[in-house]
Amino acid sequence: MFNRRQMIASTGAAAGFVMAGGTPLLAETVSLGFENGDRSLVAYPGKRPLLQLSSRPPQLETPFSVFNEGMLTPNDAFFVRYHLADIPTEIDPDTFTLEIAGTVATPMSLSLADLKSQFDTIDLVAVHQCSGNSRGFVTPRVGGGQAGNGLMGNARWTGVSLKSVLEKAGVQDGAIQVAFEGLDGPVLPDTPDFTKSLELAHAMDGEVMLAWAMNGEDLPWLNGYPLRLVVPGHYGTYWVKHLNQIIVRDTPLDSFWMTTAYRIPDNSCACVEPGTKPETTVPIARFNVRSFITNVLDGAAVAANAPLALRGIAFDGGSGITEVSVSADDGKTWQKASLGEDMGKYAFREWTLSMPVASGEVSLLVRATNANGQTQPMQAQWNPSGYMRNVVETTRLTAA
Amino acid sequence: MKTFHIAALAGLTFLAQAAIADSVIYDMPYDGSVVFRAGDGSDVAEANCITCHSTDYIEYQPPGKGPDFWKAEVHKMIAIYGAPITEEDGDIIAAYLAAQY
Repeated sequence: MFNRRQMIASTGAAAGFVMAGGTPLLAETVSLGFENGDRSLVAYPGKRPLLQLSSRPPQLETPFSVFNEGMLTPNDAFFVRYHLADIPTEIDPDTFTLEIAGTVATPMSLSLADLKSQFDTIDLVAVHQCSGNSRGFVTPRVGGGQAGNGLMGNARWTGVSLKSVLEKAGVQDGAIQVAFEGLDGPVLPDTPDFTKSLELAHAMDGEVMLAWAMNGEDLPWLNGYPLRLVVPGHYGTYWVKHLNQIIVRDTPLDSFWMTTAYRIPDNSCACVEPGTKPETTVPIARFNVRSFITNVLDGAAVAANAPLALRGIAFDGGSGITEVSVSADDGKTWQKASLGEDMGKYAFREWTLSMPVASGEVSLLVRATNANGQTQPMQAQWNPSGYMRNVVETTRLTAA
Repeated sequence: MKTFHIAALAGLTFLAQAAIADSVIYDMPYDGSVVFRAGDGSDVAEANCITCHSTDYIEYQPPGKGPDFWKAEVHKMIAIYGAPITEEDGDIIAAYLAAQY
């Protein structure tokens, strides 16, 4: 058996693992670049040092430098976000079961072995992103988890289609939604348990997955071991972790997490005038378009009057990235980047560009466009929850 | 501080390969920061807030959001999350948070 103590000695001490009364000792901190944005790097079991947004329940942000390591985000660097602090700490993978019930002909209880043997295994590379990724940059500031740009990641998910499981159970007439629940729950009995739902047609699209593996390995515990929902192109709130119950419903799910939380203004920009409230809202759904430079970070010093090799990522909600461009003159002119390997329409798309920069202070803007012609706004849009930030990102450099 | 005696991920792989019908155990490194900034009402906050979440949740909110923001947050904890906090204590906590955070 692996000796945990050795692992802690090799990575824990250096990572500021030792805590006393909430004050990190020996902890390295990272500044996210907004007010009150210093975060400690803390290593949880199975994770490398990540930025701690909260410790109970754990919310861990991926250091941005990880996105320059490769197009797949390593499991030990993948972000973690829980809502409620009663998190399972003991699971027997041999007795774990997924219950399928509700408006189905044959209610079922499936083990992990059943899922792996009775259905076709599928594989999909898809970006997972928190609805509130980048919330710390939202101006005026809003409450909630104060994250930089690291509540996202791209992984190869392995599992079965939700469709195949629901077909086996036999969805009956009258079904309109499918609801999902995991093993994690609230501390207090009166706190609404974390449950989510998808419209039936979405649940049956063949792309929504029940995944047990991520990048070829068992799901990390903090990413939903042993089974999680994967909803390609959709915000992470739907990707229920430790998934153990699926209920096909003939009425809409009346869950706080659907009816009150995770809702956006009901308009095309999901935005309102800063400081105001939307009149009507809808549940958050697909990602908008985003792009980042990953190899040169804000504040970097680079060589002037020479070509600067740029590299980065772009993604959207599943139509696929068709163009990435960079501007060094506040958006007056744009240079098209080369797109890298296409790992699928839900994946990070790598881009590269060699661009000459003059001397002095240089601001690089990066903007992606998807197959639907959607792009990123030059001015940040605002909503009260700080969701869906996708402004054209600015990287400020000093060239000398 | 908790002790850590079982490997998480390395353990998963090992158990899966060995097909041992044992539970896999994950030990959270610690239960969360519990330090509040000094100020009137910090005792009331301490007696209530950390039932459900660590104090870094509070610590990392945008600074200086003011009384309305913190009243709304505390009210949300009571009305939506079912925190058993009296109205009087809720007012004390909101005033404390507005003054210190």
